[in-house]
Amino acid sequence: MPAAVHSLVPDSPAPLPAVGVACRGIAKEFGSGETRTRVLHGIDVDIGCGALTLLVGPSGCGKTTLISIIAGLLDPTAGDVTLFGTPQSQLRGNRRVDFRARNVGFVFQQYNLLPSLTAAENVAVPLLVARQPRKRAIEQAAGVLDAVGLGSRLKAFPNQLSGGQQQRVAIARALVHEPRLLVCDEPTAALDSHSGQTVMELLKSVAVHPDRTVIVVTHDSRVLQFGDRLLEMADGRIVLDTIPQSIPDHTPSPRPKS
Amino acid sequence: MNWVAWKMLNGDTAKYLGAVFGVAFGVLLITQQASIFVGLMSRTANPLRDVREASVWVTDRHQQNADEIEPIADGAVHRIRGVEGMDWAVRLYKGVARARRPDGIFRQVILLGVDDHSFVGAPRTILMGDLADLRRPSAVFIDKAGHESLWPGEPLQLGREIEMNERRAVIVGICETSAPFQSFPVVVATYSQATQFIARERKQLSFVVGAPVAGVTPAEACRRIKAATGFEALTYDQFVWQTINYYIANTGIPVNFGITIVLGFIVGAAIAGQTFYLFTLENLRHFGALKAMGVNNRRLIGMVLLQAAIIGAVGYSLGVGMAVAFFEISGRALPDLRGINIPWQVAIGTAGVVVAIITFASLMSLRRVLLLEPAVVFRG
Repeated sequence: MPAAVHSLVPDSPAPLPAVGVACRGIAKEFGSGETRTRVLHGIDVDIGCGALTLLVGPSGCGKTTLISIIAGLLDPTAGDVTLFGTPQSQLRGNRRVDFRARNVGFVFQQYNLLPSLTAAENVAVPLLVARQPRKRAIEQAAGVLDAVGLGSRLKAFPNQLSGGQQQRVAIARALVHEPRLLVCDEPTAALDSHSGQTVMELLKSVAVHPDRTVIVVTHDSRVLQFGDRLLEMADGRIVLDTIPQSIPDHTPSPRPKS
Repeated sequence: MNWVAWKMLNGDTAKYLGAVFGVAFGVLLITQQASIFVGLMSRTANPLRDVREASVWVTDRHQQNADEIEPIADGAVHRIRGVEGMDWAVRLYKGVARARRPDGIFRQVILLGVDDHSFVGAPRTILMGDLADLRRPSAVFIDKAGHESLWPGEPLQLGREIEMNERRAVIVGICETSAPFQSFPVVVATYSQATQFIARERKQLSFVVGAPVAGVTPAEACRRIKAATGFEALTYDQFVWQTINYYIANTGIPVNFGITIVLGFIVGAAIAGQTFYLFTLENLRHFGALKAMGVNNRRLIGMVLLQAAIIGAVGYSLGVGMAVAFFEISGRALPDLRGINIPWQVAIGTAGVVVAIITFASLMSLRRVLLLEPAVVFRG
């Protein structure tokens, strides 16, 4: 763990999990000249496999920018991200896109399901991106939907599903191609308490995979209990790195780095 | 991903239909107006087309088209026959006369006088009567549309009488002719009879038509006729295009139709382009999600182009279908539009216009999709 980050993680006798995501000196600036804004300030963090990492912090602190860079959707101004041993700076153009298609799954706040596709068809999209035949992709998608408890809603369209069900479809879609990194942006923000719990339980069960890294960006303090690790950001820096259970009823807030 | 593109398009029924009907409306306007224009221009040469036997047309040397005629002397036919390389040559009269019914109702008619012996230039489609009856005194044929124009709502009937140049003419046959440019009835008589139905002039012969012997091309025969007689001699094709080009150059018809065709293009492009662009805008977050999931720009371009191509193909089919239906229905109901159909050149040209419309529409949309940052998916 980078020394620059204040850590509340107690020493543990258990072996350290493999590192899935390694960020080194990540900085990001937007704009130029007088309008240039520095959003991330040299972030160093390792995120291990087999655990659910929560990324919290107030609006504008740089969470979205950080996960966009981690997921390969944005290039950092400085620094590099290594995903499962592959430095992203070495991947350009379509190689980066292909790497992302194989290794990264996304869960969005607004689900982003295609309204004209059924649940099974939506889940099959990443397989179609990987050029699998449609019939086989939909069959495989049906199996994943069954695993997330929606085996009976395969042919339902998104507008026929509740918010929680739609988010579970989105999670199934993010998992169907068995990515090693799952990036979830506010997955419970649009859900009621019960649905949020269901979704987080699902993500928690997904995260135990020893070769998978799950990062969840959230504002929702109700879901902190599901995290194995909590990274709190403020003003473009990670200001807290802890185990959520170690601070009951933790409500994320900016903390000064010691 | 093509299947996903199709489902995305099909899922937004309102915009899909809006864009399709934008293209279809543009195609309908363009196809219909262009076809009517081509049909009208083609009609200017229909008097020539109805004389299929003749490959050589001889006229006054200042003749500019097949309608405005400076007669030549009757004896010209003998001079033409004497030109080396001509197989045959006959007289043909074409002019405008006034046909009056017994009750006084009259119409201008196109009067054709065909060779008394060979009937070269006589109508080929006879609906009632016998062509041989043209040789009877005062006998004329009238085209079906002309009969319906002179006696609207009445059944076709032989034996009716009309008066031309104070001479009685008896309808002994009803025929079909190619629709003339001026929507006048067409009355056919023998040459000698036709010249009785018009005011007497010193020269009355409109055309000498003929064909060369085997081994002599029409163009060569025309060259020889010009050299030997000083008359204008044109091959069939030359005369057809001279007439069509005259109307294109000397009337406002091309401009009027051209304006409507351009409007069809603008309206089609505006409706289809705007609707397709809105469709893309509303789906930007989905395109962003697809980008995040690993769909590269090349595949996204393919998806957008496929969607545009589907809109273009369906819109084109609908538009051309509506135009075909228009001509089918109007051709039966409106005699003035008979014989006007969609030339294959217009169909292909319109397809080219549709390609331009959907290219325009997809370029606007592609720009947004290509410039889209995949990270937009995290911005709610």
